[in-house]
Amino acid sequence: MQKTEILESLREAYGEELAALGEKNRDIVVLDADLSSSTKTDIFGKKFPERFYNMGIAEQSMVTAAAGLSLAGKTVFASTFAVFLSNTYNVIRQSVCYNEVPVNFVVTHAGISLGEDGPTHQILEDVGIMSGLPNMKVIVPVDSIETRRVIDYLAVKKKNPYYVRLTREKFPVLNEESYEFKEGKSVTFRDGNDITIMAYGIMVSFALKAAEALKSKNIDARVINMSSIKPIDRDAIIKAARDTGKIVTAEEHSIYNGLGSRVSEIVSEEYPVPVKRIGMPDIFGKSGKGMELFDYFHIGISDIEKITENFYREEFK
Amino acid sequence: MEAYSLNDLKPLAKEVRKKIIEMVYTAKSGHPGGSLSITDVLTVLYFKEMNIDPKNPSDPNRDILVMSKGHASPALYAVLSLRGYFSEDLLSGFRNKNSDLEGHVHRGIPGVESSTGSLGQGLGVAIGFALAAKLDHNPKRIYAILGDGEMEEGNIWESMLAASKYHLDNLTAIVDRNMIQLDGFTENIMPLGDISEKARAFGWNTIIINGHDFNEIINAIETAKSVKNRPTMIVANTVKGKGVSYMENNPKYHGAPPKNEEEYIRALNDIEAM
Repeated sequence: MQKTEILESLREAYGEELAALGEKNRDIVVLDADLSSSTKTDIFGKKFPERFYNMGIAEQSMVTAAAGLSLAGKTVFASTFAVFLSNTYNVIRQSVCYNEVPVNFVVTHAGISLGEDGPTHQILEDVGIMSGLPNMKVIVPVDSIETRRVIDYLAVKKKNPYYVRLTREKFPVLNEESYEFKEGKSVTFRDGNDITIMAYGIMVSFALKAAEALKSKNIDARVINMSSIKPIDRDAIIKAARDTGKIVTAEEHSIYNGLGSRVSEIVSEEYPVPVKRIGMPDIFGKSGKGMELFDYFHIGISDIEKITENFYREEFK
Repeated sequence: MEAYSLNDLKPLAKEVRKKIIEMVYTAKSGHPGGSLSITDVLTVLYFKEMNIDPKNPSDPNRDILVMSKGHASPALYAVLSLRGYFSEDLLSGFRNKNSDLEGHVHRGIPGVESSTGSLGQGLGVAIGFALAAKLDHNPKRIYAILGDGEMEEGNIWESMLAASKYHLDNLTAIVDRNMIQLDGFTENIMPLGDISEKARAFGWNTIIINGHDFNEIINAIETAKSVKNRPTMIVANTVKGKGVSYMENNPKYHGAPPKNEEEYIRALNDIEAM
C-alpha cells in the first residue's frame, strides 16, 4: 500500500474504452443527453458520429430511444449524470426493465464527490432506486481499470439492463492491469480476520487507508470491494460474517437501500452478526470541494477508522 | 403473404370490435373506449399496410408497430390473433392470471414489439427502432400509435424533437384523436388544441383524417411512405367507443366493460349493425 498513489478518471476511462470498442463492434450505439463532454461519450461521438445520438436535455426521450435501439438489436450505451437519469425512473422501469432489453446505462457525477454543483446534482439514492428494479443489475467500478473491464464486459451483448455508476473525481487506481471483472463477485483487497469493511467506489480506497491506520491499533481489518451491487456476492458477505463476526459497510450513498441495507438483509437471513453502516444519513449533500465533503459529512478516512475501531470494541449481548 | 382487399377490412374490423367487447366483458375489466376508436386504423395497418409475416414474427425486415397507448390492448390483441400471430382462443384469458395477455400491452405476446401501458413512452421507443433501421439501411417502416390524452406526457414532445432532428421519414405516428381521456374530455382536462399544427411546428409532416374511413387511412399511410426527410404524424379523428351506441363519446367507457348481459348483447348487436 505504500507505493505512490496514481489517480485516474473513471469517466475518461469509460469514454476511451467505449471509443476503442466501437472500432471493433459496429453494433455499439451511444446516446447522451447534452452532457457528452462531461460523461466523456464525446470521445466515441467524435469517432463515430453516425452511431452517436445527442438527444438534448431530454432524458426520457433518450431512455425510450435507447430501449428501441436495443429492441432492434443494437448494443446500447446511454449516459448522462446519475441524478438526471433518475428523472426517468418509470421509463426505465417499463420500456427497459419490463421490456427485458439490455440497455447499458453508464452514469457519471454520482454522489457528493461531484462537489461544487451541490445537493441538486449529488444523487445519493440511485443505487437503491436502480437495485429495486426487476432485471436491472447495478455495478459501481472502483477505479479506472475496473471501469474499462466492466465496459468491455457490457460491450458483449447481455440479456439484462445494467446501471454503471461513475463519478466526477479522479480516484486511486487499486487494480492491476490484468484485473478481470466478474459479475456477482467481490474482490478482497486486504485480508484480515478481526473485522470486515465492505465498500464500493471511492470508499474502498478510504477503507484501505483506514485499515492501515487500524493496524497500529492491532485491529486487522478485511477490506472488500463490492463493485457488483446487484447481483451481490452473498458468499463473501456470509464468509465475512463467519470469519470476522462484525461487518462495516461504507458507501458514497444514503445508508438506506444501498450496500449497507443489502449486507444487513443477507446476514440477517443467513448468519446474523452486527453490521455498522457508514454512508449519508438520509440527508442531501452540500456544495464544496468534492473530496473535502467526506470529512465534512463524517464519512472520510479518519471517520471510517474511528467508527470501525469503536464498533470492533463494542460488546454485543 | 396473404393479400387482403379493401372489402375485407370492414368485416375484419367488425370482428375485432366484437372480440374487444368479448374480452373486456369476460375479464370484467379493461378499456373498450379507446380500443374501439383505434380498431379501424389497426385493422388497416395489420391487414393491408404493414409488411409483416405472422409465421415469422422476428423477421429483421418486418415493419414495426409500437402501441404506445397500451391500454388499448384488447384492440391490438384481437387484431394480432385474427392476423394469425396466436390462437383466437387465447383472447378469453385477457387479464386472467393464468394467461399471458396482460392488462396492458405486453411484449411476451407474439407480434408485440414493446410493452406499454404507462403512457408517453411508445413514441420514443419507436424512434429507437427508426434510428436502428436508418443505421442498417433497412427500408422497413416504423409505426407508433398514440392516444390523444397521452400527448399530455412530456416525453411525447421530447421525442417529437428527436424524430425531427434525425429526419425519421421511416416513422409514422398515428394519433387516436377521440377527444376523451379517463377523467373526461381532453379539451377540459388539458386542452391539446390543434395537434397537427403543433406537430408541424415541431418539423413533422402532418395529415388529418377520419380515422374510421378505410380509404382515408390507407391514403394517409401511403402518403407518409413517400415523404422524405421528415416523420409524419397522422391525426386520426375518431369516436371513442366507436360502434357501440352507449359507449360512443362517453368517458365512462374509457375503462369500463359492459355492465351486464343486456349491455353486452346490445354492444355485439350494435357492432353487427355497423
